[in-house]
Amino acid sequence: MKITVNGNGLEVQEEVKHIKGLIDFLELEGKPLIIEHNQQILQKEEHEKAVLENGDKVEIVHFVGGG
Amino acid sequence: METNRYHRQILFAPIGETGQEKLIRSHVLIVGAGALGSSSAEALTRAGVGHLTLIDRDYVEESNLQRQQLFSEADMEQKMPKAIAAKRRLSEVNSHVKIDAIVGDAEINILRQIVPETDLIIDATDNFETRLLLNDIAQKYQKPWIYGAVVASYGVTFTVLPEKTPCLQCLQEYIPANGATCDSVGIIQPVVQKVVSQQVTEALKLLTGNEAALSGRLISFDLWKNEYTEIEAAALRKSDCPSCSEKRSYPNLAYDSRLKTAVLCGRNTVQLRPQRKHADLDEVAEELKKNKQIKLFQNPYLLSFEVDSFRIVLFQDGRALVHGTMDQLEAKNIYHRYLG
Repeated sequence: MKITVNGNGLEVQEEVKHIKGLIDFLELEGKPLIIEHNQQILQKEEHEKAVLENGDKVEIVHFVGGG
Repeated sequence: METNRYHRQILFAPIGETGQEKLIRSHVLIVGAGALGSSSAEALTRAGVGHLTLIDRDYVEESNLQRQQLFSEADMEQKMPKAIAAKRRLSEVNSHVKIDAIVGDAEINILRQIVPETDLIIDATDNFETRLLLNDIAQKYQKPWIYGAVVASYGVTFTVLPEKTPCLQCLQEYIPANGATCDSVGIIQPVVQKVVSQQVTEALKLLTGNEAALSGRLISFDLWKNEYTEIEAAALRKSDCPSCSEKRSYPNLAYDSRLKTAVLCGRNTVQLRPQRKHADLDEVAEELKKNKQIKLFQNPYLLSFEVDSFRIVLFQDGRALVHGTMDQLEAKNIYHRYLG
């Protein structure tokens, strides 16, 4: 399945079924992330329900502190 | 107005003569004069903002020179406070801009005096404690502020507008836990410029009456990974936010007057801020000179001395930086031993 993450194409295996799976795949688990899935901002509890499909667009933003 | 100086900016139609006049009448507060603060201060000074206030608690060190564009080797050798060194350089760049430099923490009492007089606040801090304070004070006085932050090749920015966008407190669950922002992963200079490009462009829009052109989005990018992301942030506004909703109580303005300690990000340094607001540097220097083991350095703004494996820097406003430890208790002990 091919999806777009932060503007770049990403080929993911079938076992990556939902947003939570994608977070694990990207090794971002446990980090506070703002996630938009097809232009819809998701609450954390929605990560497992948000099923990924071919062509989906995902935006992932995290805050940093440096200045 | 010196039309020649700002000619190219006035030619830019969305700004024009009217926008330039608005810029000249504006007062911008930049909190932090490190990488982000240096760069946005220079951009706004060149653009002809009438009045800039800079607050910074630190002094120039060698490792700053790679990305903090206002500072020179001489500033580093003289351990100049960043706010003072920045003011000096900015005054050379544009002598028509009124620049106030404050060497100290952006703490509540200082912000309460300045923020009501400003049109806009630019965040160039390196910690969320100060950002949350800025957030609440900006909400209280209904001022826009522009969050910006950088680490490694990653940057993120968002413009907070009172009554219009979510505020930082609305986004509190996404703020990394204390310390998680202190990754020693370094930083490259271009990411500073990219965040500042966003921040200063948003500032110019706000100051010249072009609110309709504001992005309204939370923007992040990783220059090295070629990633760029924008999220429509409006949905993140919380109807029960304690800082910006009708039920607001400004939790981040709760005042704490005790000796405050803060570990500085990635610096192996602890800052101590005592209740008293002044240190007589000459008097302290006289006292320290009695101990022949101590190596002293003094300029008009600070006193620096080395003892054992620590270096202690005392500022006129009573703050001290203890270099050589991240242990707040150890830093307190050293402070009390040498500075009473």
